[in-house]
Amino acid sequence: MPQTITQKILAAHAGKKSVEPGELVQVKVDLVLGNDVTAPPAIKEFHKIGAKAVFDKNKIALVPDHFTPNKDIKSAEQVKMMREFARKFGIVNYFEVGCMGVEHALLPELNLVKAGDLIIGADSHTCTYGALGAFSTGIGSTDMAAAMATGEVWLKVPEQMKFVYKGKLPKWVEGKDLILYTIGQIGVDGALYKTMEFTGEAIKALSMEGRLTMANMAIEAGAKNGIFEPDHKTPKPPGAVFYHSDPDAVYIYVYEFDVSKIEPQVAFPHLPSNTKPVSQAKNVKIDQVVIGSCTNGRIEDMRVAAKVLKGHKAHKDVRLIIIPATQKVYRQAMDEGLFKIFLDANAAVSTPTCGPCLGGHMGILAEGERAVATTNRNFIGRMGHPKSEVYLTNVAVAAASAILGRIGHPEEL
Amino acid sequence: MKGKAHKFGDNVDTDQIIPARYLNTHDPEELAKFCMEDADPDFVNRMNPGDIIVGGENFGCGSSREHAPIAIKAAGISAVIAKTFARIFYRNAINIGLPILESRTAAEEIKDGDEIEIDLAAGKIFNLTSGKTYPAQPFPEFMQGIIDAGGLINQIKKKFQ
Repeated sequence: MPQTITQKILAAHAGKKSVEPGELVQVKVDLVLGNDVTAPPAIKEFHKIGAKAVFDKNKIALVPDHFTPNKDIKSAEQVKMMREFARKFGIVNYFEVGCMGVEHALLPELNLVKAGDLIIGADSHTCTYGALGAFSTGIGSTDMAAAMATGEVWLKVPEQMKFVYKGKLPKWVEGKDLILYTIGQIGVDGALYKTMEFTGEAIKALSMEGRLTMANMAIEAGAKNGIFEPDHKTPKPPGAVFYHSDPDAVYIYVYEFDVSKIEPQVAFPHLPSNTKPVSQAKNVKIDQVVIGSCTNGRIEDMRVAAKVLKGHKAHKDVRLIIIPATQKVYRQAMDEGLFKIFLDANAAVSTPTCGPCLGGHMGILAEGERAVATTNRNFIGRMGHPKSEVYLTNVAVAAASAILGRIGHPEEL
Repeated sequence: MKGKAHKFGDNVDTDQIIPARYLNTHDPEELAKFCMEDADPDFVNRMNPGDIIVGGENFGCGSSREHAPIAIKAAGISAVIAKTFARIFYRNAINIGLPILESRTAAEEIKDGDEIEIDLAAGKIFNLTSGKTYPAQPFPEFMQGIIDAGGLINQIKKKFQ
């Protein structure tokens, strides 16, 4: 029976030779993830189960990243609950402020997620690790609690969709644009419950950072997982298994896109599918720019931001906030001299946090304000007031927009 | 269960159901106060316990926050009917015991304010205002098992006793 990479990983973790779309399988997980929003209710549910220990103290990751460094007393109480749980149950992978990062940037950096793994996380952007050739998907707190006790989860084998990207990426077009363009084509439920397998010559040419950005936003098309076949760019730490899709594997849809014709994309409020090429988005005045998040807060993103910002200043009406996604990215950006460029551009550089992406803290919008963000969602009220607006773009466009005071292309500078 | 229908459109995301500014707690009573706030700021004031939310396509898309079905349940909503549900919201609702029913025609034809009755065991939706009956998409046996056990935690508990 021909199988896709997703089916092969699911089968391997279900103890089966093959699995078919629609089949319900009980699978063993390699890692269970939770953050400071989702882990506290999971811990509460875990205690109800009556388990005396977690299934494997090395295979649980607790990352307080959403409201940290804690923004108020309630969020501090939530993290305290996580910290005490981690200590009591000997959870190895608990990451305190100062050692932490935005979860989906942090775990790949530490090789805690790798090719061939099956990862579930109580965060919808857990699908990020598909970039590494892993199966990873978001679940809720109750599923997280159950998996912390049993090391297993039930999953329905998703139907398989393939997205083939042909041609050469134009200048300033990043992985972010490919995924925004794709979501614009298929809609926010265009891959509901399904796998998005990304392939083609443009994907082979894409950096690992670009792939992480694309897999990260598979959920924005409703997908269960996004996945890439591993290649020479894929990290291969001990235990990694490189699976590949069989040539005759079955896909319910195959989409082909010519990337050479794609411009940098802008997702207008209030859905990630509401995309336009940047050339059609030039009269949008903005109040804030956020560069960072699990989507675009990696070192390559910091370098692109610096390349555009070098020698410029943010527009006087724009607040520019740059958030390296992990301590390692932060240190590297500092060592490479990028912070000097950011500070010279009047940017505020923040310690790693999810912060403004979900309207948590560190850059909340007032009524009527507009932000360009390299984040992943532009839902109503996502970054603050319900009457504020978020425009999603790649890093280069976000940096250029900060300088221009309106949405714009880096070539305009 | 019986109550008044409150209609919402397509792609109601979890940020509208419970905005992240309230996620510094997971206390159901606290979350209930802000249920659906960014979709309809007045929702909690005009709904009554037992009422039913009727959504369109992809209800509950976006984040994995279980706080979303928890807020709906704690606010006193007895069930959610939609054309389709986003994947994680669907799992979460089953896991915490918020009744959800998938029915394209019911979601299309039910009007805001209609009186609705639901027979969960039979998987039937009755529109008492229009007199129409709709069958809901039945749950796979496996999921029905979780529902019958009273949620995932109750089902798993047995293994640890």
